[in-house]
Amino acid sequence: MNIIEFKDIAFGYSDDKNVFKRLNFVLKEGEKVGIIGPNGSGKTTLLHLIVGILKPFKGEIKIFDKVRKSEKDFKEVRKKIGLVFQNPDDQLFSPTVAEDIAFGPLNLGKPREEIYKIIKDTLAALGLQGFENRITYRLSEGEKKLVAIGTILSMQPQVFLLDEPTTDLDERNRERIIDIIKGLSTSYIIASHDMDLLKKTTNTVYRLKDSGLNPISI
Amino acid sequence: MVKEKFSEGNSSIHKLDPRVKIITFFLFSMVVATSYKFPVIFISFLYPLSLILVSKVNLKEVLKSLLIVNAFILFLWIFLPFARGAVPWFNLGPLTVFKDGIEYATLITLKSNIIILSMITLIATSSVFSIVHALHHLHVPDKLIHLTFFTFRYAHVLYKECKKLTNAMKLRGFSPGTNIRTYRSYAYLIGNLILRSFDRAEMVYKAMVCRGFRGTFPLLYHFKMGEKDRVFLVLSLIYICFLAIGSWR
Repeated sequence: MNIIEFKDIAFGYSDDKNVFKRLNFVLKEGEKVGIIGPNGSGKTTLLHLIVGILKPFKGEIKIFDKVRKSEKDFKEVRKKIGLVFQNPDDQLFSPTVAEDIAFGPLNLGKPREEIYKIIKDTLAALGLQGFENRITYRLSEGEKKLVAIGTILSMQPQVFLLDEPTTDLDERNRERIIDIIKGLSTSYIIASHDMDLLKKTTNTVYRLKDSGLNPISI
Repeated sequence: MVKEKFSEGNSSIHKLDPRVKIITFFLFSMVVATSYKFPVIFISFLYPLSLILVSKVNLKEVLKSLLIVNAFILFLWIFLPFARGAVPWFNLGPLTVFKDGIEYATLITLKSNIIILSMITLIATSSVFSIVHALHHLHVPDKLIHLTFFTFRYAHVLYKECKKLTNAMKLRGFSPGTNIRTYRSYAYLIGNLILRSFDRAEMVYKAMVCRGFRGTFPLLYHFKMGEKDRVFLVLSLIYICFLAIGSWR
C-alpha cells in the first residue's frame, strides 16, 4: 500500500526558479527511505510538502489514499505523520522537557492520565530518564536533538520524517540517534548528507538532484 | 542574559500558588501607585520588607535590581524639584527649588521602590512559566500570554544569535568607533537579527502546526490552592484593604 504519493509536483520559493518541476515519489508501507542530496536541493522542502506546511504549485499529493489539498486535509495528515525539524530550537518551545513532549499528545486529545505514562516511556526510549523538569533551552545540543525526536515519538505517528537527524552531533549522540531510528517499527523518511547513517537505517536511498529523485545503490 | 535569578529557592513564598501571588501583587501595587499619603506609603513598605525576610532572596541581587530602577528615577530628581510646584523653598544659584517638587519626587521614588521590591519577592520568585500558566488560569487573553511567553523563550535564542554575530564581527577585526562604517555595521547586525527572528518565528510556528497546534496551549500541570495559599491571600487582602482605606479616607 502506498502511504505517500507525489505526482508531478512543482514547487519553488521564487517565481523564476523552481526547486521541483515534476517530482514523483512514492513511500510504501513499511518502507524506510533515505534522501541524500546537496544543500539547497530540496530535501527539507520535500518533507515540508508532505505535512502541508508548504503547498505545491502544481501536481497531486496523495497520502493514506486520499488526495490532500486543503489545510484541513493536512491537519489529518499531521496526526499520523510526524516531522522532526533539523534545528531543535525550532521544535522545542516549552519550558520543560515534559511539557514539550506532552504538547503533541495533548493536541491530539489524549487523556491526561495517559500523558504522564507517555512522557515517561518516551524519555526511557531516548535514554533520558529523569529529564522531565529540565529546562529545554538549557539542554546540550545533543540532548535537544534527542528531545526533539521525543516530541514526535510521543505522538506515536505512523510515519516519521527526520530532517538531518545527526548533523552537529558528536559520535556518541550520533550512535544513540541511529539506535533510536533503528528501533522504529514504522516507515520513515530521513533527509541527510550522512551516507553512513542512511546505510545503517534505510533500505532505499534516493539522490535528490536537479529536482528529480534517483534511487542509488547502498 | 535572561536569567531568573530569584526563582530558585525553597521558601514558603517560592512555594505559593502563582495565581495568589499575581492577584496580591496586582492589588498591592494598584493601591500603592494611587496613594498620595506619606504615612500609607511608609506602612506599605513593610509588606515587601517582610516578604524579603521570608523568601530569603539574595539581598545583593535585590539591591542590584533596585539600582537599575533608581538610575531612571535619578533623572526625575534632576528635573522635578525645579520644574514643578507653587511653593518656592530655597534658591540654588539661579534656580528655584520647589517644596512640592521635592515631595513629588520623593513620593515617586518610594512608590517605585516598593512596587519593584514586591515584584521581586512575589512575581520573580516564581518561574516565568508558572507565572504564564497562572495568567492563563486567571483568564488573561491568550494573545497577551503567548506574547509574553515567546518573548521570554526566544529572548534567550536571540541573545545567543546576537552574541554569535558580534563575535564573528570581532573575529574579523571589527572594533566600533564613531564613524559611518560602525553605524552601518550595527545596522546590518540589527537587520540581520530581525530577519533571523522572523525566520525563526515562522519555523517555530510551522513545527507547532506539525504537532497539531490549534491556537491554545494545553497545560500539562495544574495548580492546587492549598491552606497556606489561602492564609497568605486573606492576610494580604486585609493588609491591602487597610492601605486602601488609609489612602482614600
